[in-house]
Amino acid sequence: MKSLVTTSSSVSPALLPSADLDVARIREDFPILKQKVHGKPLVYLDNAATSQKPQAVIDSEVELYSKYFSNVHRGVHLLSQRSTDAYEKAREKVQNFLNARSSAEIIFTRGTTEGINLVAQTYGQQHVQPGDEILISEMEHHSNIVPWQMLCAQKGAILKVIPINDEGEILLDEYEKLLSERTRLVGIVHLSNALGTVNPVQQMIEMAHQRGIPVLVDGAQAVPHIPVDVQALDCDFYVFSGHKLFGPTGIGVLYGKKELLETMPPYQGGGDMILSVSFKKTEYNVLPFRFEAGTPNIAGAIALGAAIDYVQEIGLDKIATYEDKLLAYATEAMAEIPGVRLIGTARNKASVLSFLIEGVHPHDIGTILDREGIAIRAGHHCAQPVMERFGVPATARASFAFYNTLEEVDALIAGIRKVQEVFS
Amino acid sequence: MSELRDLYQEVILDHYKRPRNFGPLEGADHKAEGHNPLCGDRVTIYLVIEGDVIRNISFQGAGCAISTASASLMTEMLKGKTLAEVEMLFGEFHAMLTGDPSQPADPVQGKLAVFSGVREFPARVKCATLSWHTLQAALKEQKEPISTE
Ligand SMILES: Cc1ncc(COP(=O)(O)O)c(C=O)c1O
Repeated sequence: MKSLVTTSSSVSPALLPSADLDVARIREDFPILKQKVHGKPLVYLDNAATSQKPQAVIDSEVELYSKYFSNVHRGVHLLSQRSTDAYEKAREKVQNFLNARSSAEIIFTRGTTEGINLVAQTYGQQHVQPGDEILISEMEHHSNIVPWQMLCAQKGAILKVIPINDEGEILLDEYEKLLSERTRLVGIVHLSNALGTVNPVQQMIEMAHQRGIPVLVDGAQAVPHIPVDVQALDCDFYVFSGHKLFGPTGIGVLYGKKELLETMPPYQGGGDMILSVSFKKTEYNVLPFRFEAGTPNIAGAIALGAAIDYVQEIGLDKIATYEDKLLAYATEAMAEIPGVRLIGTARNKASVLSFLIEGVHPHDIGTILDREGIAIRAGHHCAQPVMERFGVPATARASFAFYNTLEEVDALIAGIRKVQEVFS
Repeated sequence: MSELRDLYQEVILDHYKRPRNFGPLEGADHKAEGHNPLCGDRVTIYLVIEGDVIRNISFQGAGCAISTASASLMTEMLKGKTLAEVEMLFGEFHAMLTGDPSQPADPVQGKLAVFSGVREFPARVKCATLSWHTLQAALKEQKEPISTE
């Protein structure tokens, strides 16, 4: 049984005890990184958009579909039992990863976006009245803006925005002032995908809780880079996407405090979320199944579990330390290039480097770097209000993962000089 | 590097750095705004039309080298052209941009040929056509901002 649910290949022992990451060895686990693009070795620096997958994650899906796949929570037959066990085991892995009290607090979703919409359309529908306020920050991803705008439009409520400073940091004084009698929920990004800012979420949650206001944390960017403990944070909701955590697309997680989840109305109706159905009355299922209507993304959840195993074997503390080194090295090298400007210079930053080159549009930077084999993102990063705050239509963004190297940062720097040469 | 040089030809860089006919147009009788949601680029086209001839044309907006140069060159080329000629030029331009890069480019008039390198960069075709699509919207007097999507 064990060989079926836990996936075959695991991290090499070489990685485990040493203080530093053996990045060369880690890279061997990511088949996609071995290729060349436009004749140059691929330098993948678009990890904030999505991350690449280790062999263990790929294998876990192959193993499921070739050995024990069936639908979950419904069969008496062996394969259904095995799939169910693996699916529920994945939930426990997520529980452990976030240090949640119970696996009933872990709801599988399609991703961060669905998690936020779920909370807006259940908790939000239930608690928000005309004239009430939802409080978010100026650096949110569109997925932590639009669901709240939709809710506010439905309810006649008001969306309030916490301003940020020129470095890209939350103005805590302003935040304090914006927490009002009418605030029904705070939505805040843990690690900004556009700026790299790591927000003081623990402090912000405490401030909200002093007034009895629940907080949803958008952890889409945080979970691949910094250890997260939902009990220590005391957040009410925490959401993330599997694909940014080296897992597959189409799977994500909503963590919610049991006390809250238990009182929330269902999100979608259908199979799996019910205990019994008749045309007169339907009885809803217990947590977490009440929020997982229909056949779930079984393979996605199991492969996400494999991704979590992989990341935990390396260790998020080590990952964070290593990535800080990468980011500091890149930041310093960028600062030395005349005409390069960083957008997002918060004291507490991780993994994201948004930048501009004087006289060159980010789109052109992206195209020229691509020809050097370097994949970055150019655009507004689904955070148009942030772009507006900094008065730019777009930025170029390099974003790191633990499989990136100092040599790749050097390639990026050389690429930027090439961009300047083409446009000189 | 050579493909990059084909894309970023001198003429394109020149029009990017020194866009022609840039800014709102006094007495414009047609106007439309275009938007490329992928990169956030925006362009506004202003026109003075007399009968079926473009008497004057200008553009304004922030964009990448390809979209800015395309708008700039377009305004330069289209002054004095009839609407039928505009239609034909755009048809040729579009065919060139979306043609098979392994084949010789379809012929286009005048300076539009400097965009033949865009064929190698399919992700950038929308940048080159944004101003043209916006022009069409202005001619139709579309009230809604147009988008490349
Ligand atoms: C901070 C942040 N929030 C939310 C999202 C949305 O994630 P998804 O598209 O996986 O739902 C992203 C993805 O770019 C993000 O970076």
